[in-house]
Amino acid sequence: MSDLILYNVTNGLIIGAFYVLMALGLSLILNLSGVINFAHGGFLALGGYFAYTIAPYVGFWAALLIAPILVALVGLVIERTLIYRLYGRDPLYSLLLTFGLAFIFEDLTRAIWGATGLPFTIPAFLSQPVSEHFFFVTRYRLFMVAVVTVAVGGLFLFLRFSRLGVRIRAGTFDLDTVSSLGVNVRALRSFNFALGIFLAGLAGVLAGGQLSLEPTMGASLLMPSFVAIIVGGVGSLPGTLLGGLLIGVAAGLTTVFWPSASEAVIYVMMAVVLLLRPRGLLGEEGLLS
Amino acid sequence: MMENDRQRMMRLGAIWLLLLAVPLWVPFVGGYMALGTRVLVLGLAAMSLNFLLGFTGVLSFGHAAYFGLGAYGTGLALKLLTNSTPLALVMGVLLGGVAGAVLGALIVRRRGVYFAMVTIAFGQVFYFIAYRWNTLTGGDDGLRGFERQPLDFGVGTIDILHKPILFYYFVLAMFGIGVGAMGLLLRSPFGRTLLAIRENERRARFLGIPVEQHIWLSFTLSCVFVSLAGGLNALLNNFADPTMLNYTQSGEIVMMAVLGGMRRFWGPLLGAAVFVVLQDYLSSLTTNWMSFLGAIFVLMVLFFPRGVLGMNWTEMFHSMRGSKAQRPGDTA
Repeated sequence: MSDLILYNVTNGLIIGAFYVLMALGLSLILNLSGVINFAHGGFLALGGYFAYTIAPYVGFWAALLIAPILVALVGLVIERTLIYRLYGRDPLYSLLLTFGLAFIFEDLTRAIWGATGLPFTIPAFLSQPVSEHFFFVTRYRLFMVAVVTVAVGGLFLFLRFSRLGVRIRAGTFDLDTVSSLGVNVRALRSFNFALGIFLAGLAGVLAGGQLSLEPTMGASLLMPSFVAIIVGGVGSLPGTLLGGLLIGVAAGLTTVFWPSASEAVIYVMMAVVLLLRPRGLLGEEGLLS
Repeated sequence: MMENDRQRMMRLGAIWLLLLAVPLWVPFVGGYMALGTRVLVLGLAAMSLNFLLGFTGVLSFGHAAYFGLGAYGTGLALKLLTNSTPLALVMGVLLGGVAGAVLGALIVRRRGVYFAMVTIAFGQVFYFIAYRWNTLTGGDDGLRGFERQPLDFGVGTIDILHKPILFYYFVLAMFGIGVGAMGLLLRSPFGRTLLAIRENERRARFLGIPVEQHIWLSFTLSCVFVSLAGGLNALLNNFADPTMLNYTQSGEIVMMAVLGGMRRFWGPLLGAAVFVVLQDYLSSLTTNWMSFLGAIFVLMVLFFPRGVLGMNWTEMFHSMRGSKAQRPGDTA
């Protein structure tokens, strides 16, 4: 029993790590631009497929870095051509626009790479289990957690200490003031958008090695990411991190006792949080609401 | 004022005449009866959403949940509890309405993007329940094993099961009840208060209007009407499946409302008609219809954000002829 619990908690933490990468990207974009990016799952899938396509030429390790950068570039183009037009308008419109984009993404990935799952080969030494007893902890899983940790740590250091990062955080609270201090807000938002998409792309490459590649692989991570943001508190990136891990573990634990409720449990958690602490665990009152 | 009222009555008469005559003209424009019924059902759903979106100023992106609850409630009632189609509809509406009332109480204090996000996320709960509770809902395969039953009036029955045209009129009657109720509500002091909240929430609050209660009631009513649409949808197909509850369906309902013009009462019906016909046409034409639908979303948002009925067409015409064309999205 304790092994089963350990197994599912580990599983939950790993899934939680995906939620975190995905939700942090969504959060960044939501905080600075007020856009709920419905196409985020599409970007994630694109990351996986890009890696699948370029890995035979450049190898797994290079693909791990290059694929997310390519996805971020696609994101940048879309932001600069379409999404920027909707800044400052009713959020309804950016929601609908990215919703339409999600349709297009899913359809195009299906048209290009096919609807059936594609295997994404990871280096052989990563697919070994760590030990015989903990057979479920493959090296790849540890590796994923390590990559996510580095990415999230890097992001937080960047936001804390770099000039650009400080501006992004400041913009979350008061974009007008940031703008009047001479910061090019337009460029800041574009960079921030691309940064969020980079994280989605990275999650896509990692997910590709764990599951198989499917056009809808990102869409199924989208809703839990929303929940992670709401549980953690809209506007707070540490909150999003905490929320993602919490709901991952909660879903993992529920799998032990009541498997068919494992998806619904995170929404129950969200309801409880909204009831007891409407702004979320680490959220600021009044932000974006 | 008198003139205005007369215009309004004439427009209303024209719309209802058009709807009543659907069986006469729909075959001539290449449609079929079920398509017409589908437009009515989704039109009712979009108008219900618009009660909240267009007339209260609150965006719910999770209305598919209540649409689906209405469908499952009606379907299950017919399958397990009753032989009466109207009674089954009532049960579906109750299920959706109660769920809306309970969740509405949880989310009513949120606003804007936050409100939209919470509604999306809560909507998914019901999707997973329908998807996972195999023994009751049929899971991924959907709910089967029920049929709409002929209406029994004691003295005679109306066979809405085998005669599509009779079913169309049944749906039209239900549509009339739903839309009529919404129209009356919006013309009542309560409806005027909702408009006040939409226009300026802070001012409404300063005037002593209990804003949260009003939004909650508007949300709940909107869920009731969208459940009715969902129930009718289950009757139309004699089937309900989990995708009806998914957020994709919510997005489509929002799109219909915006497409037709969300500041107009009848806009969403027009939006639903355009959307349903377009979807029907595109999916028969190409396997990549999702891309086209997505592209329509994008173009719509960028160039016709106020919808077909919200556009000032004469101004648009002049600006297209004039040298200094103004982008329609910018005319606020």
